[in-house]
Amino acid sequence: MHRKTIVELQAALEAGQISSVELTQAFLDRIDHHQDLNAFITITAEAALEQARASDDRRDHEAPRPLEGIPIAHKDIFCTQGLITSCGSRMLANFVSPYDATVIQHFKAAGAIILGKTNMDEFAMGSSNETSFYGPVKNPWANQAVPGGSSGGSAAAVAAQLAPAATGTDTGGSIRQPAALCGITGLKPTYGRVSRYGMVAFASSLDQAGPMTHTAADAALLLNIMAGFDPKDSTSVDKPVPDYTATLNDGLKGLRVGLPKEYFGDGLAADVAQAIDASVETLKKLGANIVDISLPNSTLAVPCYYVLAPAEASSNLSRFDGVRYGYRAADYDDLNDMYRKTRSQGFGEEVKRRIMIGAYTLSAGYYDAYYLKAQQLRRLIADDFHTAFGQCDVILGPTTPTTAFDLGAKTDDPVSMYLNDIYTIPANLAGLPGMSIPAGLGEDGRPIGLQLIGNAFEEARLLNVAHQYQQATDHHKQTPEGY
Amino acid sequence: MKWETVIGLEVHVQLRTKSKLFSGAAIAFGAEPNTQACEVDIALPGVLPVMNRNAAYMAVKLGLAIGATINKQSVFARKNYFYPDLPKGYQISQYEIPIVERGKLEIEVDGEKKTIAITRAHLEEDAGKSLHEEFSNNTGIDLNRAGTPLVEVVSEPDMRSPAEAVAYLKKLHALVRYLDICDGNMQEGSFRCDANISMRPKGQEELGTRAEIKNINSFRFVEKAIEYEIERQIDVLEGGGEVAQETRLYDAVKNETRSMRSKEEAHDYRYFPDPDLPPLTLDEEFIQSAKDSLPELPAAKRQRFMDHYSLSDYDAGVLTTSRELADYYETVATHANDAKLAANWVNGELAAYLNKEGLEIDQAPITAKQLGGLVKRIADNTISGKIAKDIFEAMWAGEGDADSIIDSKGLKQISDSGALEKIVDEVISANPGQVEQYKNGETKLIGYFVGQIMKATQGKANPKQVNEILKKKLN
Repeated sequence: MHRKTIVELQAALEAGQISSVELTQAFLDRIDHHQDLNAFITITAEAALEQARASDDRRDHEAPRPLEGIPIAHKDIFCTQGLITSCGSRMLANFVSPYDATVIQHFKAAGAIILGKTNMDEFAMGSSNETSFYGPVKNPWANQAVPGGSSGGSAAAVAAQLAPAATGTDTGGSIRQPAALCGITGLKPTYGRVSRYGMVAFASSLDQAGPMTHTAADAALLLNIMAGFDPKDSTSVDKPVPDYTATLNDGLKGLRVGLPKEYFGDGLAADVAQAIDASVETLKKLGANIVDISLPNSTLAVPCYYVLAPAEASSNLSRFDGVRYGYRAADYDDLNDMYRKTRSQGFGEEVKRRIMIGAYTLSAGYYDAYYLKAQQLRRLIADDFHTAFGQCDVILGPTTPTTAFDLGAKTDDPVSMYLNDIYTIPANLAGLPGMSIPAGLGEDGRPIGLQLIGNAFEEARLLNVAHQYQQATDHHKQTPEGY
Repeated sequence: MKWETVIGLEVHVQLRTKSKLFSGAAIAFGAEPNTQACEVDIALPGVLPVMNRNAAYMAVKLGLAIGATINKQSVFARKNYFYPDLPKGYQISQYEIPIVERGKLEIEVDGEKKTIAITRAHLEEDAGKSLHEEFSNNTGIDLNRAGTPLVEVVSEPDMRSPAEAVAYLKKLHALVRYLDICDGNMQEGSFRCDANISMRPKGQEELGTRAEIKNINSFRFVEKAIEYEIERQIDVLEGGGEVAQETRLYDAVKNETRSMRSKEEAHDYRYFPDPDLPPLTLDEEFIQSAKDSLPELPAAKRQRFMDHYSLSDYDAGVLTTSRELADYYETVATHANDAKLAANWVNGELAAYLNKEGLEIDQAPITAKQLGGLVKRIADNTISGKIAKDIFEAMWAGEGDADSIIDSKGLKQISDSGALEKIVDEVISANPGQVEQYKNGETKLIGYFVGQIMKATQGKANPKQVNEILKKKLN
């Protein structure tokens, strides 16, 4: 049962082949059995079974809701009422949220069951899940490898089939990169498509929540639930939400697929390049036309991002001051000492590094040279995409330069860690939807991700292309050995 | 050396919205601590601000009333600093592009009019309160006030004396009350002022180094704080020293300003546009609607009082210093049927009583309608002005309205010429000596006779008629 997609599970539940309680118990057993992966921070076994029972009862006399009885794991960045919402940090390790994020409300209203909260890089800052206060997550494909980050727990949980699907968030690649490294499907929607209310903020102008699933069809189902205008989020966009499942089966004939030359240059591993080339051939066979394009400013995306994201983070994380909730240092002399000790002890190294960078780039005398310059650059990067979408319908490239690297391989070299997001960051800066889908395995037997980037609010097209690709290939059906 | 004082004021005006600037929590002064703070106000992880358009509407009204430019796009920025009553670790304010820019306010000191330029007015949220008294060794935090909408009105350094500063503040205070965008309560902090003060040798163009005096919460303290600061700065300068650029706190008890933090200790607020809030966009319709909702403003009202009620510029000016006073006066005038006499009573007797008891016009124990009723009886000669003062006193003490007091105390003026002639005759025959002197040319004795008649009538005789009858009989 755990190998089934949500589409298949829905059918099984509907046909009465299995109950939500049985399904939920099956996944809880798997979570328990694979605790060594460290994919979960909180497991809500009892509450999940209770929700499942209620769902089964309800199904007896009411039409099932869109995700009736389907167990889902949520990244521990989403505030969930009555549960610890730690964001992977010591700072919030004792924080029980009194409210639900809008995304969580949507899942609850759709009848989904909460299995638990998944591990993540601290405050979503990281590309390997190694910055979590709760320790690193292991990649189910290779236990010495990282699962990617920051949504590493969600990616590993889905890849190891501890949950049929999970939520993630993506600020610079935090859905797509771990999806690629764990061999699953992940979608970062257009900025403003999914409410950020109740999602602990990292970089407000970049953060976006999205689904992490086995298939594009499942991602479409989840996005139907997640997307929509939220009056509580002034940056969410008041635009009708299409049924993302409705166009999955459209043909790809005449689809213009743009290959940005900057995504295929130095630094791209040969096995990844090969897999992407093969994917291009597959899409050609499905009727797509290939167009060579250029995103000249995207090469500057990483430095641009590492000015803007830390700047916003330095301010967003100021509320974690030990005054009202969360961690507070045990001993302190006065107010400033309390702040200093609380934040020194409560935050990990990477978070502190980014707060320092951000505070620096926003400070008087440096603002123009860093923050303002980066904003200008951000506009140029977005303009590149605008030009490119005059020539093509979707942009295709690798999600990451390499397959999953080993735990500890990059922890001493932040810049090399940051460069892992070189292909994912541009879509965040431009606010565009991006997807990663499995495209085979590398020489080391670890998954390779194929990235698709769409124009604003064209998630339906991305899902359509991904679904058609998944109809023609079986990369997404491969499972790590032992799971 | 002759010194010139240069003053610029920053005024925080708390807007009278129902809910906070970025959350739906209610605003009311004096509620139990932390009962008016929702998840957004206490800055839980993940919460987001949503702009209260009503606050923008009020800011636009203020902008229009001071003849300012309304920016159709303004930008919210984060002002970053740590303080326990600042839950997010930053205050959402407006920095580079405020909602209102370049306005002006006309003030008047000793009959001289002067225009004070207003640089800008921007929207921002208030912080909470730190409570130090009630907790030994601890600080309590009350976040009820956190997120309350403020408009900060920043003037140019155009004022040259404490009197000008107070005149400007009073003018602005009256205006926000006129516009009904602020309750104006200074004790509760609804209208707070920071003053920037510097000195320069008279005739010098270049500004001296300024000190900023924080949070002065009454008109009187503004005057005193500035006076103190002027003396202090002159002492420093004449002693050969330099004024430090710093923030100072006014201590009303000791009547002095004390250094709070120096320029070196000043925060770097690391302002940047708030990514949680798109630029505040106002369309023509929104601005027009605010314009249509503007009440008659003080200057227009003053002119109308002069034109319509034939009041002097001075009287009209005094009566329009506040909307409440102007409304009060208009009600009195309507009921009195004599606008000028009504003005005299409002600016005279009523103002004196209010002043003596330290009351505001809306606390007056005599309603405008009641006072109108009293003035009406003077105007129609039912009572004399002198009797009216006694009746006023009785009304102030809560003894009812003018007519009932006149009736119950029998204070109706004697205007019956038959009755008056009888009394005049009695007085004349009782004072043959004085009549003799009068006839010999001591005509100022007429006052004596009037006094006697008034005494005989307990002041109720119509003085004008008494004069006429006396002259007729004596000549």
